[in-house]
Amino acid sequence: MTLPEDRLSNLRRLEAESIHIIREVAAEFRNPVMLYSIGKDSGVMLHLAMKAFYPSKPPFPLLHVDTTWKFRDMITFRDETAKRLGLELLVHTNPEGLEKGIGPFSHGSSLHTHVMKTEALKQALDKYGFDAAFGGARRDEEKSRAKERVFSFRNASHGWDPKNQRPELWNLYNARVSKGESIRAFPLSNWTELDIWQYILTENIPMVPLYFAAKRPVVNRDGMLIMVDDERMEIKPGETVEEKMIRFRTLGCYPLTGAIESNADTLEAIVREMLIARTSERQGRLIDQDESASMEKKKREGYF
Amino acid sequence: MSVAEDFYSAEEAVADYVAAQEQKDQLRFLTCGSVDDGKSTLIGRLLYDTKLIFEDQLAALEKDSRRHGTVGEDIDLALLVDGLEAEREQGITIDVAYRFFATDKRKFIVADTPGHEQYTRNMATGASTADLAVLLVDARHGLMVQTRRHAFIASLLGIRHVVLAVNKIDLVNFSEERFNQIKAEFEQFASGFDFETLQAIPMSARYGDNVTGKSEKMPWFAGPTLLEHLEAVQVGEHELEAPFRFPVQWVNRPNLDFRGYSGTVASGRVKVGDEIVVAGPAKTSRVEKIISPLGEVEAARAGDAVTLTLEDEIDISRGDLLADPAARPDVADQLAAHLIWMSDDALLPGRSYLLKNGTKTVNATVSEIKHKINVNTFEHTAGKTLDLNEIAFCNLTTASPIAFDPYEANRTTGAFILIDRMTNATVGAGMVWFALRRATNIHWQALDVNKAARAEKLGQKPVVLWFTGLSGSGKSTIASIVEKKLHLEGRHTYTLDGDNVRHGLNKDLGFSDADRVENIRRVGEVAKLMTDAGLITLVSFISPFKAERQLVRDMLDDGEFIEIFVDTPIDECRKRDPKGLYAKADRGEIKNFTGIDSPYEAPENPELRIENTGDPEVAAQKVLDLLEQKGLLTNSNFVSHGDYI
Ligand SMILES: Nc1nc2c(ncn2[C@@H]2O[C@H](COP(=O)(O)OP(=O)(O)OP(=O)(O)O)[C@@H](O)[C@H]2O)c(=O)[nH]1
Ligand SMILES: [Mg+2]
Repeated sequence: MTLPEDRLSNLRRLEAESIHIIREVAAEFRNPVMLYSIGKDSGVMLHLAMKAFYPSKPPFPLLHVDTTWKFRDMITFRDETAKRLGLELLVHTNPEGLEKGIGPFSHGSSLHTHVMKTEALKQALDKYGFDAAFGGARRDEEKSRAKERVFSFRNASHGWDPKNQRPELWNLYNARVSKGESIRAFPLSNWTELDIWQYILTENIPMVPLYFAAKRPVVNRDGMLIMVDDERMEIKPGETVEEKMIRFRTLGCYPLTGAIESNADTLEAIVREMLIARTSERQGRLIDQDESASMEKKKREGYF
Repeated sequence: MSVAEDFYSAEEAVADYVAAQEQKDQLRFLTCGSVDDGKSTLIGRLLYDTKLIFEDQLAALEKDSRRHGTVGEDIDLALLVDGLEAEREQGITIDVAYRFFATDKRKFIVADTPGHEQYTRNMATGASTADLAVLLVDARHGLMVQTRRHAFIASLLGIRHVVLAVNKIDLVNFSEERFNQIKAEFEQFASGFDFETLQAIPMSARYGDNVTGKSEKMPWFAGPTLLEHLEAVQVGEHELEAPFRFPVQWVNRPNLDFRGYSGTVASGRVKVGDEIVVAGPAKTSRVEKIISPLGEVEAARAGDAVTLTLEDEIDISRGDLLADPAARPDVADQLAAHLIWMSDDALLPGRSYLLKNGTKTVNATVSEIKHKINVNTFEHTAGKTLDLNEIAFCNLTTASPIAFDPYEANRTTGAFILIDRMTNATVGAGMVWFALRRATNIHWQALDVNKAARAEKLGQKPVVLWFTGLSGSGKSTIASIVEKKLHLEGRHTYTLDGDNVRHGLNKDLGFSDADRVENIRRVGEVAKLMTDAGLITLVSFISPFKAERQLVRDMLDDGEFIEIFVDTPIDECRKRDPKGLYAKADRGEIKNFTGIDSPYEAPENPELRIENTGDPEVAAQKVLDLLEQKGLLTNSNFVSHGDYI
């Protein structure tokens, strides 16, 4: 019988499982890429990739799909991170979307997301011919994610068929795809939001400052606190810009990401706050609230 | 925020809390059982009662319940877990949902699996990584076929801990008698499964009785609630007690001074200085360094993802298995295993599949289905093929030896999946029972007179000209003209066709899918021997299935297999009908006739496609032109090996 102190702790077990997945992808695919979206999950995934191949560097580049509406702090952090770790960073923006000036304020959240995220991602994957793409999604984020495989098969038009997923037994991942098809690989599938923060705390992983509370200018719009990150944000009549102690539980396009009022400016305080949270992190994402099935729908269209 | 004040003073408390969380262990379990027995409702209940549902999720649940709910005005807890649109519309589970919750004692990862027979493979997916199964039974209906099937699969996959959840007890008046009846029936059924723990609990997932809190309605039940049991059950770590195994995932070579082998320790332990052996080549060395996610360490154990460096430079690559030299794994190319079939296309013995075991992928065929297993009665039945969701005990042959342990001894090195080579789908899950023949006993007779030597003597490059197409398409006519011309040019040839093979070597075979596969496999093997003998072999067989043609292609060296698709439309073939076969098939006198009631899978990239010209001479010339073009007819007496094209 194994003694309790000899057991792998929860985080160590998750960490090892993720590293196994990351190595498996690197070994089996011709041309993998790691989607880097700058947030906490991406940060943890990247940290795990650095460990997986140490003392080598991860044998794949990072890809950021830039909608041009990310928080400015995110872009700064992204470039610093790639430089600090010495990794190749690819940035892709949908050129047609850019030309047409697609944005969340002018075109609404769902069109913006479709053109600047989903379509842009597909363009980038096709352009470089990637046959596998790592994503930092977790099963505990959302109910259709809870259904997704670690190696999630995508057809030649990047679509997900949730009713016909490949069986996935043990840690024997099936990496076979025909030309044009691909796999989205999710090394963090079994992590929870709390695990992520605990790991960041234990490993001291650098994070975008926006996760930590500070005084920032915000507008209360449709019940969400939207940060005024640049001059593209128009202040509507009746709205006032206030300086508030806020932070973000999840990061995306600034016009679509709601802040929470908080004083948590250390990792410990963030974990503490999480423990007493009464709403899920997705609450702060405008695009996920339209409809119960919206995430599944987007994923079937090729979204991460 | 009123809580804000004690945030900072409480930093240390948080650090303590995190440290305590770190020490919690993890239990992975699944819910399974027959359709509608309440599996998803039970998970929903657990999440709800352990306060894991956030306010926004609860609001969404209330909305969803009104739209899709199956329980009238109440909230339908199953909707917390059934996350796919189709599932919510149909009120059933289709695929596994993985959910997470924690108590003060443990963290849990639970897989909620579907009860429908159609989705059994998804249940197997959820079970393969679980340590414990909660098997639900509807108290009104008792054990169903699916209950038995799931219990059997759970046991086959090595799950040693089971909770028999006698659910919907509210619908049988919380009857002790009914509970005891079902419990007794199951215990009898499962007596052969050697579960280490089997805990039966009467419960109501819908109303929460005996799920997280003790039910007041069943004072007669003295056992634990489900959650109490899940928190307390000791599942042990068998992989820690097994000998050291390490499938190499990736060779880590940043520079000339460092060569490491990355992978996850499948079982046992390893420390610096330990002797290890590479299974198969049986080369040994000692562990020099162990690099873990925490940095350099002295030792690693099952479950750790590490990079090892060795004292000696030996040739090791992905797919190799490092092991304890005192307890070595089997190395064999023939093995017996249990197989769960997971594809709509039946398993055909003789067909080539990819087999992935550990980090190694090889070609493999099922050489024989020893018997199928009836999940209800455990009777053994005979069978030539294996259909979706069927379970059988089989012999398999791999193209090259693999290193493994029996599944019973090692859940990692004893497991494999089968992948369809054409569709890339995962079609089978296998659990090795034992090695049939040790690879160490097989030596290919290393002859000095080899293929190259024979070919050189004949002054030609041996190839297989494989003519495929419908009956009456003109394969044999064209092949025979080609052979005559080659013969006149002084080439050494041989033709294999239905007439000289079906009547002799293959006269025991009929026209079922399984027999057709075996037919082509044998012809392929013969063609391979002919090639080895240095001959140009012409094969004209309908050979309707892509997979078998691919199998033969794989048997041969690169460039030796030349696929010639005689693409004559079926109407034309039918018009010709030289042997009167189409007429017979139309009258129903011949079964499984290709093009009529058996499919023909046209080649996608044949080396040559002959669209019917009406003139077999012209067609034959096309074949000869192709050979010329490929340089196969240059009169060379100096054929260097591996230089066929
Ligand atoms: N009265 C009563 N009804 C229950 C109980 N548990 C589940 N049900 C109901 O049984 C129905 C089926 O429940 P599900 O949880 O969807 O069943 P399932 O086993 O997950 O079904 P599949 O996943 O499709 O195999 C629902 O209407 C539930 O509300 C129970 O303990 N008592
Ligand atoms: Mg269900």
